[in-house]
Amino acid sequence: MAKEKKAIIETIPRSMRDAETHYCAGCGHGIVHRLVCEVVDELGIRDKTIAVAPVGCAVLAYDYWDFDVTEAAHGRTPAVATGIKRVRPNNIVFTYQGDGDLAAIGTAEIIHAANRGENITVIFVNNGVYGMTGGQMAPTTLAGQKTATTLSGRNLRREGYPIKILEMLAVLPGVKYLERVSVHSAQDVLRAKRAIKKSFKTQVDNKGFSMIEVLSMCPTYWGLTPIQSVDRIKGEMSNYYPIGVVKSY
Amino acid sequence: MAGKKILMCGNDACGEGAVMAGCTFYAGYPITPQNELTAYMAKRMVEINGTFIQAESETAAINMVFGAAVAGARAMTSSSSPGVSLKQEGISYLAACELPCVIVNIQRGGPGLGNIAPAQGDYFQSVKGGGHGDYKVIVLAPSSVQELLEHTFTAFNLADKYRNPALILGDGLLGQMMEPVELEGRRQILKVEKPWTLTGCKGRAPNVIKSLLLGDGALEEHNKKLQAKYNTIKATEVRAQSFNIADSDLILVAYGSVARTAKAAMSKARAKGLKVGLVRPITLWPFPAKLLEEAAGRTKKFLVVEMSAGQMVEDVMLSVKGKAEVDFYGRMGGGIPTEEEIMEKIEALI
Ligand SMILES: Cc1ncc(C[n+]2csc(CCOP(=O)(O)OP(=O)(O)O)c2C)c(N)n1
Repeated sequence: MAKEKKAIIETIPRSMRDAETHYCAGCGHGIVHRLVCEVVDELGIRDKTIAVAPVGCAVLAYDYWDFDVTEAAHGRTPAVATGIKRVRPNNIVFTYQGDGDLAAIGTAEIIHAANRGENITVIFVNNGVYGMTGGQMAPTTLAGQKTATTLSGRNLRREGYPIKILEMLAVLPGVKYLERVSVHSAQDVLRAKRAIKKSFKTQVDNKGFSMIEVLSMCPTYWGLTPIQSVDRIKGEMSNYYPIGVVKSY
Repeated sequence: MAGKKILMCGNDACGEGAVMAGCTFYAGYPITPQNELTAYMAKRMVEINGTFIQAESETAAINMVFGAAVAGARAMTSSSSPGVSLKQEGISYLAACELPCVIVNIQRGGPGLGNIAPAQGDYFQSVKGGGHGDYKVIVLAPSSVQELLEHTFTAFNLADKYRNPALILGDGLLGQMMEPVELEGRRQILKVEKPWTLTGCKGRAPNVIKSLLLGDGALEEHNKKLQAKYNTIKATEVRAQSFNIADSDLILVAYGSVARTAKAAMSKARAKGLKVGLVRPITLWPFPAKLLEEAAGRTKKFLVVEMSAGQMVEDVMLSVKGKAEVDFYGRMGGGIPTEEEIMEKIEALI
């Protein structure tokens, strides 16, 4: 037993705390947290990294990340990151945001941080719902998707269309690197890690704003099993949100 | 003895006070009547190699200041009434996370879009919280262009000393009028260690800045700690001026630009043989409650004069605890009480 525990601990990235997360079974947040930590370790930037955690399911990220972390008010994450990065340009600053945080209440902040070409990294976790508040519709909720506030499914005439944030940001000259990835399969997790690494590298090399959108499972509020959730990303979700590089340098 | 004076508008003087205090970060969004301040910081931050950001909104600006404070900079934002309303959520977070910063409100007429004339309608918002939760912001109310400079300088020291936001509550009159200002002076930047800032965890355990406290009783404990700090500030930092309060039948109470008009009215009344005094709160929070309570024992009446429907008057009433009569004269929506109007009111009361 003790030996088994040790084996697991040995695989925990240096930047990750040895803590059990509060995430539901099958949730993608834990995977994305870990990928960020692996990248921070591999780039050797742990001692100069400053993270901005969102209001959302990932608000407790500071319980899992073993580097400097601040909270931000809901959606104001990129504004807080802007303040930090401008004061400490030699630190590595990233935001970690959900789709409510980034694509609804914080739309202005993300667009303008991107447009200013802030040299920060944005990890955008798109699970298509508001997890923390009980599974309400997000701007990224797919057409027909049932949520706590779209009981008969998202109606495009009533609720509008799911927002493709990366494609919106791509037109801004200040934006250097954009890629959409997923964490629904081992292969995709590896690809997600490469993208996250490239995004951090973009900042390390002082190239400017970059953002990685991660399609992520929310079995609890999709009303699906973890396996069904994986299949949903493979099918319907990545159909609408194509996986791949949206903008590069 | 007096040093060289230069002519400056209040908004510029406020900006210069910030620069003198070591402010290296400013974020703001244009709004009249504080635009000169934003423009001044745009110029000065470039000159001193600091950061100036014209933010996409007041909401973004206060959160950029949050980030700058997290990173350890002396940071400031400024706005006028409608914009300061937008900052309130951010101010609550700053207070909750115990982050020092300076916020300037050059008030204008309200409610709503109101107008761009001077007003004092944001007193409640400034001293009673403004945003959500039990928190306090240190509020300084300058009444001259020189004081806009000095108080802004002081606000940075107080903010750092207590790890708390400090607010300069001015108005459009103060912000836009020009007066001679002495730039030289014996001002001292309070140097405080900030081991809590986020700098990257090199050589130390990671720092976390947060206001979410979910543990059983954790948030109540945090609130108790904040209240203890507020009590220290109340006991230590009250600032006020008083004139002729020892032998007055009536004491005027006014702050900011109106305090100057009230002082002129007091002098006129004294010249006429009327025993009138003046208390001018400089800190609106903490409020000079003791001074007023003591004065209540020596006078019959107070007359509170404000550019509002009557906001500070409530704190005066709470302070004097019924020991004297408290009357009010106010103008709203950009109306400015004149010396004559105050005189008339004095004569009617004495
Ligand atoms: C100003 C404000 N409005 C609303 C909320 C409530 N709230 C907390 S998290 C959240 C949405 C979270 O959804 P998302 O950003 O998609 O992240 P997830 O929880 O799904 O990871 C909302 C609306 C809040 N905390 N603050």
